[in-house]
Amino acid sequence: MAYSAGTLPEAFNLIVATHISLCDTCRADAESYDSLGGALLEQANASAVDMSPDSLAATMALIAGSPVEDIARPVVSKGVLPSPLQDYVGGDLADIKWKPVGMGVKQAILKTSSDATARLLLIPAGAAMPDHSHNGVEITMVLKGAFQDEDGYFARGDVEIADSDVHHTPVADIHEDCICLAVTDAPLKFRSLIPKLAQPFLRI
Amino acid sequence: MLTSVETLPQGAASRDHALSGVLAANHATRRQGPKRRKQEEENTKRMQWVDHMVKIASSQDKTAFAELFGHFAPRIKGFLIKSGADATLAEECAQDVMASVWTKAHMFDPARASVATWIFTIARNRRIDMLRREKRPEPEELTWGPEAEPEQTDVLALQQECEILGRALQDLPSPQRDLIQKAYFGDMSHSEIAEQTGLPLGTIKSRIRLALDRLRHAMK
Repeated sequence: MAYSAGTLPEAFNLIVATHISLCDTCRADAESYDSLGGALLEQANASAVDMSPDSLAATMALIAGSPVEDIARPVVSKGVLPSPLQDYVGGDLADIKWKPVGMGVKQAILKTSSDATARLLLIPAGAAMPDHSHNGVEITMVLKGAFQDEDGYFARGDVEIADSDVHHTPVADIHEDCICLAVTDAPLKFRSLIPKLAQPFLRI
Repeated sequence: MLTSVETLPQGAASRDHALSGVLAANHATRRQGPKRRKQEEENTKRMQWVDHMVKIASSQDKTAFAELFGHFAPRIKGFLIKSGADATLAEECAQDVMASVWTKAHMFDPARASVATWIFTIARNRRIDMLRREKRPEPEELTWGPEAEPEQTDVLALQQECEILGRALQDLPSPQRDLIQKAYFGDMSHSEIAEQTGLPLGTIKSRIRLALDRLRHAMK
């Protein structure tokens, strides 16, 4: 609903758009929330607001200066990453600029507004993320491979939403490396000391 | 300035939906009763907006656009002001949104959205551009193959669904309706709404949930 209303931080919008690209149920939900926005707009009290007198003429002038737009929506990506994500990476998997964060885990932070952080994570097959909980909300979506934690098994397209009550140790499936998109609005809380010390440097 | 419109490029993918048949079918179902009549009127109007969009896309119809402008531009401006834009910015932005309605008219698909919904999504994205200077990631398009002409029955069904949703929204108890409106128009998170209204966060969440449940129920 907040995606539809346009009130989410950019990083959360990114994960929603990425998920909707792979999930038709959620796409349908998002479209119904859009209709609700439309219904609200339709019912808004128009008499309370006046347009400036030359408004229509000014708009026609704007139109005269601009070409007919082509379909701007991202086309379906052929790669592993859905196209909203490819826009941020600047390509597909091969173009991700990974940085090691220790224990074989790598990350790449995507450029979004600063009110939330979006990062890609690579967990090597069979490896674990350090045991952690959350100060805020962490939404994780699997793009490749799969991981398992205390809450279940997550494969491509699946989303896990963890808040401050969730304490988990995600472990990548042994068959292949797991690549996820993770969005957080506050730093993670690690249990053990070493990841804690490294945290400020890794911006995790 | 209106004269310059004649020189506009033709709609790239303009399609002739030939919706007059649908409009006629809509009139044929008329029944008596004042409430019923009002609903019929609203529904006809909704289909009229669809028809206007088709005219804009296929023949750059300025009269249709002017009518659409008169109806939607003030609503968009109001929406932007509620989201925190000042009157000047909102005016400018509303003009911009309406200009997009013209230039994107050929992309409007009446089997997927009502005109109000479609304009709402343009206005929302423009608001994010303008107030936050961010881009908004959009999902991939569905791939049903090459885009077919929308079936008239699908168009009518979707537009009527929007009608039912609109009515259900009007029928919501006002505390619930207010909060939904704030969540959409105020660019506020639930906790910001809590701050502004002084209501506990839990109350806000449950009211919004109740409202959505009612709307869902009405749509069944």
